[in-house]
Amino acid sequence: MKTVIVGCGRVGATLAELFDRAGHEVIIIDVATRAFDRLPPSFSGSAIRGDGTDEDTLRRAGAEEADVFLALTEGDNRNVMAAQVAVEALRARRIIAKINDPLRAAAYADLGLATLCRTTLMTDAVAAYLGLTGSGLPGILAPSGTHDGGEHHEPEAPAGVAGGAVGVREG
Amino acid sequence: MFVLVVGGGKVGYYLTRELIENGHEVVLMEKDRARADQIADEIGSVVMPHDGCEGKYLADAGANRADIVAAVTGDDEDNLVICQMARHHFDVGRTIARVNNPKNERLFKHLGVDEIISPTRMILGSIEQDIPVHELLHLAALGEGELELIEAHLQAGSPAVGRATKDLDIPEGCSLFALIRAGVAAPLRPDTVLREGDKVIAIGKTECEALLHGQLIGEAEAVDAG
Repeated sequence: MKTVIVGCGRVGATLAELFDRAGHEVIIIDVATRAFDRLPPSFSGSAIRGDGTDEDTLRRAGAEEADVFLALTEGDNRNVMAAQVAVEALRARRIIAKINDPLRAAAYADLGLATLCRTTLMTDAVAAYLGLTGSGLPGILAPSGTHDGGEHHEPEAPAGVAGGAVGVREG
Repeated sequence: MFVLVVGGGKVGYYLTRELIENGHEVVLMEKDRARADQIADEIGSVVMPHDGCEGKYLADAGANRADIVAAVTGDDEDNLVICQMARHHFDVGRTIARVNNPKNERLFKHLGVDEIISPTRMILGSIEQDIPVHELLHLAALGEGELELIEAHLQAGSPAVGRATKDLDIPEGCSLFALIRAGVAAPLRPDTVLREGDKVIAIGKTECEALLHGQLIGEAEAVDAG
């Protein structure tokens, strides 16, 4: 299974290690080479320095047709953009974008991205531990919108940009 | 008209001022507090010192009744999200995004942003108009740097158009060897008749270039006249 991770922070690095150990092909991308210090010496995947929102960079890194694409940088909007490039241009299959703003996380789930919201996750963890009522929302919102992570592509879409778009308006 | 401008840099600032002067209702969102205060001192209370990417603040700024949202920050990913939130979450009729990286234009259009403004592309276009297109393109230096791989794009004024390769006066030490016609590459044969729009790939000594230019592109005067 080809796994692409954008953002080598704690979560990104930990997941990279996890997938790598499980024998999957892992490509991890970060704008800072230093971030790769978080990877263990045993890591056998590829660590590539570059901008994960840039289509050419992602292609050069071999991110096309990834089975799993995780956008986990510290910037909500960078994650949104990377995830949409993955859906539209790279034909990635299962995509998760970390979006810490709950409203934006819900909005993009509506538009067809699976979204992971740290705010909701942590709030609910604390609430549960202290016996309070949480938000009732799942930490990962499954896509509820027009397409489910890029599996419905139309061949007549322009080259490099697949159909089944998030939020494309007619005309 | 109610216009929501997001991003209080130079573009957002002057845009807001012009819109107000033209009698429009405007709210400007700028997440940097100091910058927001600075603009507010000058143009008044239309400035909101919050991040226009956050759904909550967009709602506070009245995004749901905006006629137009203009996302003009310096970060493409922010501009994309602002426009998508405006369109899909607040039903704004018209979204405009500033795009800094020209490579993002197609993606933004495809993702439903109504209008893309690309300053980089505009300046690039302006510069390219000043560069003569009737030139030989150097693809690579070969050997010890004595040989050049060259591409010539044949325009209407080229003396080579309508002639067979064998009838051209190709300088010694120079070889035309490939033809690209409508994106298809083929070997260049002596009896191949060249057409406008063809690209000819040549290899030759550096000093042959002027002669090659005369044969494939035309003399400098001829180019100016054309």
